[in-house]
Amino acid sequence: MTRLYSDDELLALSLLQHIMFCERQCSLNSNEQLWFDNKLTVSGSQLHRRVHGDAPRREKRGDVIVVRELLLCSHSLGVTGKADVVEFHRVSINGISMEGCDGLWQPFPVEYKHGKPKVDDCDRVQLCAQAICLEEMLGAEVPEGAIFYGRIQKREAVVFDPVMRRTTCDSASKLHALVEGGRNPPAVFRDGCTHCAMKDACMPEVTGLREKASGYIVRALSGNDADG
Amino acid sequence: MKKHLNTVYVTTPGAYLSLEGEAILVKTDGEVKGRLPMHMLESIVCFGHVGISPPLMFAACERGICIAWFTERGRFQARVGGPVSGNILLRKAQYRSSEEPSCKAQIARSFVIGKIANCRSILQRNVRDHPEKAGSDAKEAVDALSGSLRCASECLDVDTLRGIEGMAANYYYGVFDGMIHVDEDSLRFRNRSRRPPLDRVNALLSFIYTMLVHDCVSALEGVGLDPQAGYLHADRPGRPSLALDLMEEFRSFIADRLVLSLINRRQVTPSGFTVTETGAVLMDDDTRKTVLVGYQERKNEELRHPFLEEQVTVGMLPHLQARLLARHLRGDLDAYPPFFVK
Ligand code: SF4
Repeated sequence: MTRLYSDDELLALSLLQHIMFCERQCSLNSNEQLWFDNKLTVSGSQLHRRVHGDAPRREKRGDVIVVRELLLCSHSLGVTGKADVVEFHRVSINGISMEGCDGLWQPFPVEYKHGKPKVDDCDRVQLCAQAICLEEMLGAEVPEGAIFYGRIQKREAVVFDPVMRRTTCDSASKLHALVEGGRNPPAVFRDGCTHCAMKDACMPEVTGLREKASGYIVRALSGNDADG
Repeated sequence: MKKHLNTVYVTTPGAYLSLEGEAILVKTDGEVKGRLPMHMLESIVCFGHVGISPPLMFAACERGICIAWFTERGRFQARVGGPVSGNILLRKAQYRSSEEPSCKAQIARSFVIGKIANCRSILQRNVRDHPEKAGSDAKEAVDALSGSLRCASECLDVDTLRGIEGMAANYYYGVFDGMIHVDEDSLRFRNRSRRPPLDRVNALLSFIYTMLVHDCVSALEGVGLDPQAGYLHADRPGRPSLALDLMEEFRSFIADRLVLSLINRRQVTPSGFTVTETGAVLMDDDTRKTVLVGYQERKNEELRHPFLEEQVTVGMLPHLQARLLARHLRGDLDAYPPFFVK
């Protein structure tokens, strides 16, 4: 029996990609309310603006209905957020009906990312969470979605299999535990830090090390004394 | 992080600033005087009667640019900023530690140590660069400050720390005049007078300290700390105690050195001030502009941050130190590492 989160407990769906990438990044973002625009995130939001731009909120292209900026939530994951684009594909079974259109339709979330496909599951988990939201909100089945990567101008299909769903649920529980605890996990300096948007706030080189600051003070005082 | 932060100082009486696309339009008497791009801007500081349009205020707040008004003489009047930044967990940690005697003393101690060490550095440098002029007084003061530093480093009582800090300030200001290398009698420094400043050097010091407090308030607000809840400075309604705490380690390095170089390079002259009937000294318009230009240039200078070991600008220092304090309060650093002049 999974617990259901109340409206008050819902967290930003986008935090899931952070917690997958680095728990500290996620904590700085949620617990410390820090978010720094670096070049990557800035061009990311520019891409988003282009995606949405002047495009109509809903558009029918043959057997696909494209809906932009859908607000989503899932009480089982305890997350809320926005889908860039949800396509509704015409199907013969397992679909839902859409207002103003005949037939059955299956939701198919599409997320726009600036960069290139990542080795880890960050982006896929975020998409899978959107799928779970859509299933809960619409009572539909959402077996698949896609991520569009700006760098390679290509869509990557994502299948929401049981393993991926499990990973998504686990990250969501981890996220809730992190926010409830209110503490930051210590920084562990690694490759990802170099391009991390949170690096300036995180200070991974100096935080999380025991006696780093007090040792610095002691050294500065004794050093200054020597040439004083 | 924003790497090069700039402040625009508006000193023309009757100037009006409004929004034009991504730029600030400056007008006086309805005539366009210039356009300033908004990016790379940290703060807009207005002196005296300067107007700003509401749309510009909103746009500035949205970008985290703070707007402040001072009187012509540099007394703070008002500030406009966006919603409170940061988070409740940080503020709670700040209030808790400001109530808890040993946490409070530990942080206050860092501020005191930073201040004394940096005052001593300035004196040492002066002794080194002007051995012929620096008398034995200066060397004695350096030793006395070393003594204060040792006492402070072993002290975990806030009242005692305040006492040590007060003594150290006396040693320091006692030989401050020795760092002024011009002959004019009216540019000598005797002792620190604040309300009002009773000589030209004090007028310069007070004015720059006010600008520095303003920058420290912005820096603290930027990381989500409450500028009023301090450690070394006691609570007093309306007093930005934490900003005053934070400023201690920068006073000598940023403000005093600037005042000394403005005087020693003869960029300010005795005639650039007005001495009033009560003896209070006021800066003239041109002097104020010179000082503001000097302050902005000082903030653009680069140095290596001793703790972060990164190249930063002087203007970034309050922001970085505010962030380090926040990281300490949230348990990411085991102490607050003050900024030490290398
Ligand atoms: S800098 Fe490194 S440790 Fe810090 S949040 Fe980013 S990835 Fe995590």
